[in-house]
Amino acid sequence: MNKELFEYVIRIADDSLILGQRLSEWCGHGPILEEDIALTNIALDLIGQATNLFEYASQIEGGDRNADQLAFLRFDREYRNLLLVEQPNGDFGDTLMRQFLFDAFRKPFFERLIACTDLQISGIAEKSLKETKYHLKHSSEWVIRLGDGTEESHNRIQNSLDSLWRYTDELFFENQVDAVLLDDFNFPKLSEIKEDWLKNVELVLDEATLAVPDNNWQFKGGREGLHSEHLGKILAEMQFMQRAYPNMEW
Amino acid sequence: MVKDLSIQELEKRFQEKIDKDIKIEPNDWMPDDYRQTLIRQISQHAHSEIVGMLPEGNWITRAPNLRRKAVLLAKVQDEAGHGLYLYSAAETLGADREETIDDLHSGKAKYSSIFNYPTLSWADMGAIGWLVDGAAIMNQVPLCRCSYGPYARAMVRVCKEESFHQRQGFEIMAHLAQGSPEQKAMAQDALNRFWWPALMMFGPNDAESKHTLQSMNWKIKRHTNDELRQQFVDVTIPQAEMIGLTIPDKDLIFNELTGHYEFGEINWDEFWNVVKGNGPCNKDRIDTRKKAKEDGAWVREAALAFADKRQKRKSA
Ligand SMILES: [Fe+2]
Ligand SMILES: [Fe+2]
Repeated sequence: MNKELFEYVIRIADDSLILGQRLSEWCGHGPILEEDIALTNIALDLIGQATNLFEYASQIEGGDRNADQLAFLRFDREYRNLLLVEQPNGDFGDTLMRQFLFDAFRKPFFERLIACTDLQISGIAEKSLKETKYHLKHSSEWVIRLGDGTEESHNRIQNSLDSLWRYTDELFFENQVDAVLLDDFNFPKLSEIKEDWLKNVELVLDEATLAVPDNNWQFKGGREGLHSEHLGKILAEMQFMQRAYPNMEW
Repeated sequence: MVKDLSIQELEKRFQEKIDKDIKIEPNDWMPDDYRQTLIRQISQHAHSEIVGMLPEGNWITRAPNLRRKAVLLAKVQDEAGHGLYLYSAAETLGADREETIDDLHSGKAKYSSIFNYPTLSWADMGAIGWLVDGAAIMNQVPLCRCSYGPYARAMVRVCKEESFHQRQGFEIMAHLAQGSPEQKAMAQDALNRFWWPALMMFGPNDAESKHTLQSMNWKIKRHTNDELRQQFVDVTIPQAEMIGLTIPDKDLIFNELTGHYEFGEINWDEFWNVVKGNGPCNKDRIDTRKKAKEDGAWVREAALAFADKRQKRKSA
């Protein structure tokens, strides 16, 4: 099997899975009913993306593990998601800011990923891009609304931005996996996406009257399996049934 | 022209319309009691959809595989959608959504008692879909023909989705019942806990039910509680037998003469206690809804302030 390709697909799948899991914690607790519906919709899209990607990863691996086993039965150090997506939901502003920073990355990423030479990945990217455009529209609108809303909402969402900013450089993290695959598969060069991302993020933050944080200390580790304390708890909950009742069909 | 008619005459014409199965629409004249009864019934139904998201929401993050997680998310999202249509239907009668929600939080407005029972295992997702959505369908299908137009139309949409939920729930139960001994035990335990509360969903016996007669005349209720409960029992018992689960009722027998199942006495003490607020989860459910509203206040204020600013900037 192509180990690097497997890992490349797992990265994207894990981002979708863990963020989808986080968003689904909101179900029934949203600030308005319309947002319960919207956040659930996004969670559903993300779980759908993860499913498609895990199915493909399972194929790459040669079918040793199926999509559910990949999603639910790995250990924390084997997950390759960004630290950003495992951060707690916090208040509604924290959730929407996390979503915005991620969506603003996902859109240019999928746009370029469509052009890759692997037809399965290209197909998944095309479908996911449609969803991501809607997610980005939704999260941008909320960032603007909260930033330019009341004094309280402005301060809250500025705080959300300040505390999430340190996880954004990881969006563009590249390692050996990229080095090996990039040319063969025509995968996106992440450092090139960064410009696009920053331009779009600054545009929205500007309209939201929010300031880009000047603390540029950045964390990384997720892409190599070194996570924050939060992931272990997410997995404890998410994997509960598969761990407590091994080898059963549901 | 309306002004010239006496109240008696208006009421007479109103009832004639209902008797002829002509739908009442929001701008039509209607007796105040009809309006108030409908507001109460529809908002109670809306609250049930919203509170009903919580017991199932409790298992989304622990759903056992990707497909089940997606299906459960979609189901709970449907319930939120049902809440939205129903609040909108209540608004056509002049009710204010936020005020009706405040009535829920203060305990003035009720919601279906079934949601005051906890969801303790994955099998409860099966039991709720199968039994609770199943009972809701029995209650709601006749309401697709109810006299108030917006409510009847909302019910048509809702019922389509509820029957989908019922099938999904039954499928979860069937799958567990054919699974490992642990899974089968989990399914039976869920049935044991949800069977009687599901029967209670149809409300008190007809003799005890105070609103039934007037509501039947107005065609906002089309069958009595006991009729609907019997229909539910008759449909559900063969389904349980089909998947090899046992209904937890030692008095249950099939009466060959009537073609109906006869079932044991419902524990009405428990029923009234839960209605009064003493169910295992009443306090948790309302506290959770209140907290969502309080925690979201700054978001709603910000959205209003923002809309206001944009409006002013446009007109400036
Ligand atoms: Fe519903
Ligand atoms: Fe339902």
